[in-house]
This record gives sequence, C-alpha cells and structure tokens, in this order.
Amino acid sequence: MTLDIREQTHMSSDMNMANIGIRIFFTGVGGQGTLLATRLVGEAALKEGLPVTISEIHGMAQRGGVVESSVAIGNILSPTIADGEADVLMAFEPLETLRALPKCYAGTLVISNTTPIIPFTVSTGKSVYPSEDAIYGPVAASVARLLRVPALKLAREAGSDLASNMVMLGVLAGTCRLPIGGNSWQAVMRERLPQRILAVNLKAFALGLELASQQT
Amino acid sequence: MHELLQPDTGKPLLLLGNEAIVRGALEGNVRFVAAYPGTPSSEILDRFYQLAGEADVYVEYSVNEKVSLEMSCAAAVSGVRSLCSMKHVGLNVAADAFMTLAYVGVQAGMVIVSADDPSLHSSQNEQDNRYYAKMAGVPMLEPSTPEEAKAMTLMGLDLSEKYRIPVMLRTTTRVNHCRGPVRLGTLPEQRPSASFRKDPFNLVVVPMVGRRLRLLLLEKLAGLQQAAEQSPLNFTAGDGRWGIVTSGVSYLYVRDAIQDLKLEDRVKVLKIGFSHPHPKTLFQDFLQSVDKVLVVEELEPYLEEAIKVAAQEAGVTVPIAGKGADFIPRAFELDAVKVKKAVSRHFGVPYDPPKVFSIPELPQRPPNLCPGCPHRATFYAIKKTFGQDAVYPTDIGCYTLGLLPPLNMADFLICMGSSVSTAGGFSKVLTQPVIAYIGDSTFFHAGVPGLINAVANNHHFLLVVLDNGTTAMTGHQPNPGMELTKEGKIAPRVSIEAVVKGCGVERVFTANPLQVKKTQETIGQIKAAMAEPGVSVLISKSPCPLHERRMTGKKQKVVFAVADSCDLCRQCLDELGCPAFVWEEGGETSACIRIDPALCSGCSVCSQICSSIKPKRLEKASQAE
Repeated sequence: MTLDIREQTHMSSDMNMANIGIRIFFTGVGGQGTLLATRLVGEAALKEGLPVTISEIHGMAQRGGVVESSVAIGNILSPTIADGEADVLMAFEPLETLRALPKCYAGTLVISNTTPIIPFTVSTGKSVYPSEDAIYGPVAASVARLLRVPALKLAREAGSDLASNMVMLGVLAGTCRLPIGGNSWQAVMRERLPQRILAVNLKAFALGLELASQQT
Repeated sequence: MHELLQPDTGKPLLLLGNEAIVRGALEGNVRFVAAYPGTPSSEILDRFYQLAGEADVYVEYSVNEKVSLEMSCAAAVSGVRSLCSMKHVGLNVAADAFMTLAYVGVQAGMVIVSADDPSLHSSQNEQDNRYYAKMAGVPMLEPSTPEEAKAMTLMGLDLSEKYRIPVMLRTTTRVNHCRGPVRLGTLPEQRPSASFRKDPFNLVVVPMVGRRLRLLLLEKLAGLQQAAEQSPLNFTAGDGRWGIVTSGVSYLYVRDAIQDLKLEDRVKVLKIGFSHPHPKTLFQDFLQSVDKVLVVEELEPYLEEAIKVAAQEAGVTVPIAGKGADFIPRAFELDAVKVKKAVSRHFGVPYDPPKVFSIPELPQRPPNLCPGCPHRATFYAIKKTFGQDAVYPTDIGCYTLGLLPPLNMADFLICMGSSVSTAGGFSKVLTQPVIAYIGDSTFFHAGVPGLINAVANNHHFLLVVLDNGTTAMTGHQPNPGMELTKEGKIAPRVSIEAVVKGCGVERVFTANPLQVKKTQETIGQIKAAMAEPGVSVLISKSPCPLHERRMTGKKQKVVFAVADSCDLCRQCLDELGCPAFVWEEGGETSACIRIDPALCSGCSVCSQICSSIKPKRLEKASQAE
C-alpha cells in the first residue's frame, strides 16, 4: 500500500480555477463528523489559494437528526447548493445518500458510506429502512459515478470507528475531482486534528485514498 | 492563544461569520459583550467567552436579550465600546430597550447583532428584523460574507460612535454559519477608560426629554442618510441597462446568476450593505440609469418598498419587480436557482433550471432527545399520571422535542416563557388539568414574571421545571442555576427552588427523574394536591448527561441489555422512546428488541420500568474514548 498522497493527487496545477467552480454537498447524521470533514476540505482549498466558502447548519439538527453542509470552491459565491447543482455528494450514510439525490444532476460524483445508521422511526418499527438495492439502484442510475465506501470497516482497520469521516475524505481526495494536492490534505490534517488521534486519522485517510485509486 | 487573537500573518483565516464578527469587534476595541445564546448567533458569545480573560474583555451570558442589551448600552454610555448579539426573535425580547436606546444613544460605539433565520432552521418564525432598524430609527449594516461581517462590525462601531447611536448588524444564518477566508487587521492594545458623565436631561427619558430626543433622532437619521448615500458599502457592479438591487447573502446568488446566465455586459447590480436609513438618492440615480429593475432580497420586500417610494418621488416609471409568485419568493431562503429563475423571467433571457431527481418517500430522521436525557424520564412519569387528556403547554429548549411520538408531550408553544403564562390562560378557560414544561435557562429568561402572575391571580396548573443545569440546546452555555463547572460542583448562584418559593408558590416539589418510582410517587402527591386550585411547581432535576460528561469527565460504567425474558410488550418502545432501542423484525428468527450498546448511556430508566432489561458492566477498555 502506498501512503504517499502526493503521488496520487497531483492534478491541481493545470486547472484554472478562475473559470471553474465545484460544489460539494455533505450529508450525514449528527455525530458522524461531517462538519469536521467539511472544514478540512475548506482549509485544504484555502491552502491551495483557492476561493472557498463553506456553509453549515448548527443547532437542533445535531440531536440525532440530519446534518447538512456544503463547500463551494472556485468562482462560486453562493454559500449554499440548490437542488440539481451538487458536483460532488459526500453522503456519510446510505439512507441520507438517497435523501440527498435531489441535490445531484447527471454529472454528479457520489461518495457514499455504506454503513447504515438506523433512524428512530425505523428502530421503533414505525417505518422500514430501504434495502441497499432500493437505495443505491436509483442513485447509480441517476448520476455519473457512485463510489460505495465501507468506511466503518476501513476506519476500524485504521484503528478507530470514529475515523469514518477521514476515510470518506481520503476517498474524495483519491478521486482527484478536487484541485487539491496531497500536501495540502496532509497539512490541514496535521494542523487541525489533535495529536493523539492524528496517526489513526491519517491512516484512515490513506485507506480511503487507496480505495478510490483502486476504483479509478 | 485563542485563534481569534492571533496577530495578522498576512494569511487569511477560514472563519465562521460569527467568528469574523468577534474578530471585528476585537479589532474595534470592544471591551464589553453581553448576550443570551440563540441559533444562529450563539458562537459570537461562545467565542468571546473562551477568549475573555486573554483579551481583557468583560463577557457575560445574560439571562435574556433585554438584559443583555441594557448591560451593553450602559457600557457604551460610559465610553466603553460594546457588542450585544441575539437571534432575530431575541430582539423581540429586547425591543423595549432597543426602541428607546435609539433616542438616548451612546458615547462609545455599540453594535447590536440581529441574526435572522430565514427558512427557520432553528427558530419558531422567520421574521425580517430589518424592519426593526426602520421602526427604531437605528442605522443598519447587512454583510454578505464573513469577510464583510468583520469589516462591517468595525465600521458599525465607528459609525455608532460618530453619530452617538447604536448600530444594528443584521445577519442571516448563511452569514453567521458560513465559513470563508477573512483577512486579519491589528488588535488595539490600549484599553479605553470608562467614565460616566451625569446628564439626566438627556439620559433619563421622561416625556419632556423624550420629545426633544425624538427630534434629535430625526436629525441624526438625516445625517445617517447622507452617510448611507456616500458609503462604500453601497456600490454598483457591472454595467448594462438592466438593474438588480440586492443585499446580504442574496448578493452572492445574484452574482452567480449573472455569471451562469452570461449577463455580465447587460446587468448592473446595486449592492446595499448600509441599508438603513435608505440611500434614497442612490436608489433614484440607479433607477434613472436602467430600463428595468429586479429587487432580490430574502423574506420581506424591505428594499423593494423603499425603492418604489424613491421611484415615485423621482417620477421614475421603470418597471420594478421583486416579491411575487413569478419572481422572488417571500418565504424561506433563496438559492442560486431561485434567483436565476427570477432573473430569466424578468429580463426575458433563457434559462434551463436543473432537472431535479425525485425520490420515494423515505423514513424520516427527526432530531430526538438523546439517550439518557432526563427530560424523557420526566415526560414518561408525568404522562403515566396525567395521561393524554391534560393540556401540555411547553417552551423553548431541547425538551420541545417532547413534541414527537411516542412522548407527545407538547400541546402549545409560541415563544420563550409562553409555557407558564399560557398555562394560566388555559387553566382559566378549560376544565382538564394543565401541565406546563419549561427548562431551567428558559425559566430564568422569561418564566419568572408568568409565575408571579399565576400566583397573584390564583391560576390552577402544574409547572414542571426541567432543570438539567445548562442551556443545552444552544451548546451548553452556563445559566444562573448552573452547578457543574470544569472546576467542580458549585452551589448555584441562583437557586430555582428559592426563586419559585420567592414568587409565592407554596406547593413546591423536587424530584430526580432518573429515579422512576420515587418521581412517580411525588407526581402522585402533586396530583392529589391539585384537587385544590393554585399553582404547583415540580423541579425535575438531573444534569444533561452530555454536559455532565464534559464538565466532570464522568465515565459510563454500565450499559443495559434486553434479556431473553422479554415478552415483546413494546412498552419501552411505545412509551419511553429512547433512541438506543431497536426493534428487529427478525426474518427466520422471531422479532426482538435490542438496545444498541453504542448508544445506551446507562441512565437505567428503562430497567426501572421493565424487569427484562438488565445492566451489563462495561469493560475498562471500552470505557476509553
């Protein structure tokens, strides 16, 4: 396994961001670390000298509800993403992947964590969690590319269940969809993460990166 | 060193709008900050609280917005620059002070942040507070980005000091909770000294003083209008015969729309950052330079009305569109697609909106009370005794989530403190029992006057104070009843029980809701006592487990599990509704109920209502973080 991120994400130099914008929509469940992942994407873009804006929703959503955030990189000023305008969907949970499908269009790249978090309405038997096919069928049929990520499994391999968000980030970096080089990813993780969890998170990121490069 | 106190290194920081406001205030030498938390404004005070000692700033969590505004104005009247922040509905609470402070004015700069919440992400309404600036006669600045939020905080302080009047910085969720690059300026080192000059005939608003100050305010507004006309915060961009007027975050959607629709050579934009008093001449000059105008703003037609008035006075007849079914919706946030649609329709340019994929109906994922939340245990116990027939006015906090099934413990809510006073009203016209819920922080904020009123007028209800020792919903801010601190447990500065008794309530009960049987006995006594008319109060006290863990570092020792003896009666699922519980349909095996050990907080409430739920000691290893 190669851990050298620089070799794998080196495409930023020739992309002219003055004419290009990328909108990334994040969705997940409170407690999954989606906001940290969003922040790191933003910080990494800033490191590359790219214009960037992040939008977050705090407050009531954190009590086990859906948490949504977004990053716009390049020549985009709007902090939010309208339906049909997300270039990348980072979905940290299967059901939330399908719920966010209206944000996508035919050209969207979807990165989805395949580990379900059962909503309360399902765990009390009031409604039924859709099957994997019912979730990923319509998504795969609608968008340009769907990457299904066993983030929990890889996070465990890296040493912590809580590092799923870094696996997801690694996959995003590994798709080379963003004009952000490996050095910037490394640097923001080192700057922003507490020392005691850094090694595990870097490993989780690397495993995600590797997964993406295998599927490219 | 706190991130927001670092010196300028030439590199921009990626700051939340709220953090940018804090930095702007620090660069503007603000030394006094008071606020009551409320989404989307809370991080302003939270960040100040974190850096208060280091930056030599007085910072307090006040009991409510009115108090915070009065605190801040006293500082500003004494020559100390101050800032006060609140969510939009907080300004309703502070409105009494706000309206007349505009008359009395300040000596040092004072900025009042009103954080509006279009789309009601975390609020009970989406009122447009720009009308407050107009109603009070207070100058208003509206940033579009974190960078502007910082700049306008600084400019607002100067403007406030120059005209001796508080300035309103009106933000929206997408500015407060947007993160963008912000360039830093220098932090002043010199702390201003405070002094109060006695001047009762300008500072004590009796009618004769008020009459004179009213005229003085109108004079100030005339000067401020000139300032708005000249302000660099109001500018035009682009060139063309079509005009768009916009402000706040809408400006960003407009810029993206112009770029995406390739209208750079045809549209001229007037961006309004200094939006009260209206720069009327600027509006008129703009109207005369274009053939057609679209006003793009969120919520109410605030700019649109002003522009139409300006057009009428100048005799300009260019078509002006804004709010309306075909153009800019009045309800909820805008986005780039909504704006592109309106621009395309008004100016007759082609636009293909994205085709939106449809999805089937999916299981909802509403926010829920956390596992181990003591509010759930209180709701359970009250419902067991009083049932679904009683009327349950509730209040604003985490416990509002008691609204959801299976608890269904919320029947009426309009604003902070309304639980107590509406309970009184219900009790006077209805025959069934009335039981009101209020949290500890909300009780201090707006519950006390209602309680005094209830005692004085002999209302007949039970008020349940859900005392979890913190302002949990907005991020665990301290309140006067707080006991748990990082330094250990302290006696509360203000005891809720003492306040309740001081209000004249005689039937005061306390319970720990995590002790289910004892709590139910207490509630039984309350029910018996309620045979006689009058106010009863139950203080249901148990700390928010998230707050407790953070403050005391207390480790969880047990989780609970469902034993084989479970007869699938579903009482736990249908009456308690703890999110750690899972109903598994089975398939080949029979259905079963399970407790997710990762979610269980070990509160033990479920095991007290069902003998098939047993504790399991946690291994040392899994107790680690």
